[in-house]
Amino acid sequence: FATILHFGKLEAHSYIRIHNFMKLREYILCTKITKIMTLLNDFFSSVSNSPVDVHMGWNKTQWLRRHLRQAHIHYKVLISNLQTEIEKQIGYRSSRKRRSEFQYDYEVYHPLEEIRSWMFEMNRTHPHLVDLFSIGQSYEGRPLYVLQLGKRTRPFKKAVWIDCGVHAREWIGPAFCQWFVKEALNSYQHDSSMRRLMNQLNFYIMPVFNVDGYHYSWKTDRFWRKTRSKIPKYHCRGVDANRNWKVKWCDEGASLHPCDDTYCGPFPESEPEVKAVAKFLRKHRKRVKAYISIHAYAQMLLYPYSYKYATIPNFNCVESAAQNAVSALYSAYGVRYRYGPASTTLYVSSGSSIDWAYKNGIPYAFAFELRDTGYYGFLLPETLIHPTCTETMRAVKTIASGLLKKCTK
Amino acid sequence: MKTFCSVWLLLSLVELSPAPPASQEPPLACTGAPDPAPPQPETAEDMASTGDLEPTHYPARRAAQVALHYLNTHHGSPFRVFGLQQVHKASAEDVAAGGRKYKLDFSVTDWGSGSAGPALRCSADVLFPRTERHSAPKVELHCEALQQINSTAQEDDAFYQKYISPDSTVSARDIPDSFGNMSEEMQPFWRLARVAASFIMLRESSENTEFNMAKVASITQQESSEEQLMLEFVVLLHDFPSQEIVQWKLLASWSPDRGVRVLQTEWQPRCPHATKPPN
Repeated sequence: FATILHFGKLEAHSYIRIHNFMKLREYILCTKITKIMTLLNDFFSSVSNSPVDVHMGWNKTQWLRRHLRQAHIHYKVLISNLQTEIEKQIGYRSSRKRRSEFQYDYEVYHPLEEIRSWMFEMNRTHPHLVDLFSIGQSYEGRPLYVLQLGKRTRPFKKAVWIDCGVHAREWIGPAFCQWFVKEALNSYQHDSSMRRLMNQLNFYIMPVFNVDGYHYSWKTDRFWRKTRSKIPKYHCRGVDANRNWKVKWCDEGASLHPCDDTYCGPFPESEPEVKAVAKFLRKHRKRVKAYISIHAYAQMLLYPYSYKYATIPNFNCVESAAQNAVSALYSAYGVRYRYGPASTTLYVSSGSSIDWAYKNGIPYAFAFELRDTGYYGFLLPETLIHPTCTETMRAVKTIASGLLKKCTK
Repeated sequence: MKTFCSVWLLLSLVELSPAPPASQEPPLACTGAPDPAPPQPETAEDMASTGDLEPTHYPARRAAQVALHYLNTHHGSPFRVFGLQQVHKASAEDVAAGGRKYKLDFSVTDWGSGSAGPALRCSADVLFPRTERHSAPKVELHCEALQQINSTAQEDDAFYQKYISPDSTVSARDIPDSFGNMSEEMQPFWRLARVAASFIMLRESSENTEFNMAKVASITQQESSEEQLMLEFVVLLHDFPSQEIVQWKLLASWSPDRGVRVLQTEWQPRCPHATKPPN
């Protein structure tokens, strides 16, 4: 090893462990991508079910990973840099704390089970910045997990709440929540603005609000929106979790019919998921200064009211925060978001979470509608996860930063 | 006037409840015990006032989308679908015959190239009739420099030649798939489906709808007829206000000369427990 180091750095090499090589074979034969065939020639005759470890240079790794993602074939990158591994072995002291080999791809959509493992892993590897807890149970009995981010210094820090996946089919939502956590933890050391946010604020992140619906959208119906609660006397299931809050409940823009996608439910907070979050936010109402709910699609940043055409009392501050957020978002890739009250910008709806949060005393209540504007709609390609999350990150950080100053508008 | 508005709103709200779209006779629905009748929602005030409209608000945007559907039915192709970029100015007024006419000034782009592509300036009059049974909005549209945008004639012809042959039997499902993947070969078919779907979206639109195509469930090439590519599509449409996903089967023809024509449309029920389109 000493000899290798003497001649300069090794080229970065990777081993990709492919778990289901049979599935990859099928993909290769169907798509006829000869480049993969030549790359994996040695393994082609393999018929065993055990995972296959493939070794190649960095460029080829990236290219193969893209195809594996596209074919949705699970893989693990084992050694991303042989140099680093060698240095570790001979006791070279790196400034980065030794983390586990856990590699998580933030640029693909993950099923519920993987998100759950990921949350546990974040909790395990960042004990000084992360706390994982459950706020209740879904209709089908799944735990409702929330990640608390931020340095545990003062007990009465202001807090920001972010939830994703209220509506099951909006997969870019949970992808963003995961991205936010990743960015917050990874940039804490070297990004002073993030460090300031994490030191002065607590972030409560709920990566999947509607766990039952999300699971159902993976297993059965990609366009499912509501929860999965059973409704007496009706053969339809589910309530629109963004029409079930106790604020002008089931007025205009919500439906009393259980088979409708905007069904408000039999009564406010009938859904255990809604009830659990409402209970949590009520408990912490004095500290929570911003409520952010991530949805898709339309490219909008919305604030109250949803249920009526009226201006909120602190309109100047909220509108200014929205304008800054949308500018910050635009600065990433030039993507335009509209912003304004939900009732006029998108449509009138009643029983929404932003209206409830606002009524509950949270001065900044926002709903994001992420990319795109209808071309892919709910089926936003995984290749767009990175830019969508990057730009949205800027917007959310801007909103959070705004909380550290007093608004005098 | 206010009574008329309230009654009209009540009627249009009723049309939004779970049922086939307004222009269809209700087909035989999914089997199962009939549900208790849903309670009627209360009437609401009409937001849009006569006169100038806020271009970023939804009434102007919905009317502009209708104009977009119209534009796509006339000028959409396997290599061109238009998307709304921005509404610049909008106004609305009630019309003597009983309807509401929107005057719009807006920009569109070739949706494939995103915000990077050049924008076309358009103006349109969109009339939403107010009749007892739903009838399609009427659109008058004018776009600047429509002829000057980069022609897709070459790609259109190559695509046509490739698939007009008698052996061609294209058949595909789920475009794009759940993860947004769409192969390059399927993209022109997706655009054709989007253009064909525009005929339906245009016809079904009202001031209370805002349609997009969520996905192409299936494409099945039929035997070519009169030198037209014949394609049977099953498309899923998404409506914003109701958040419903609506399924339509349609038969469309296309050639570089004649453009897209829709020959048959059939609304298909989406039964709660089934995910595949019924045969």
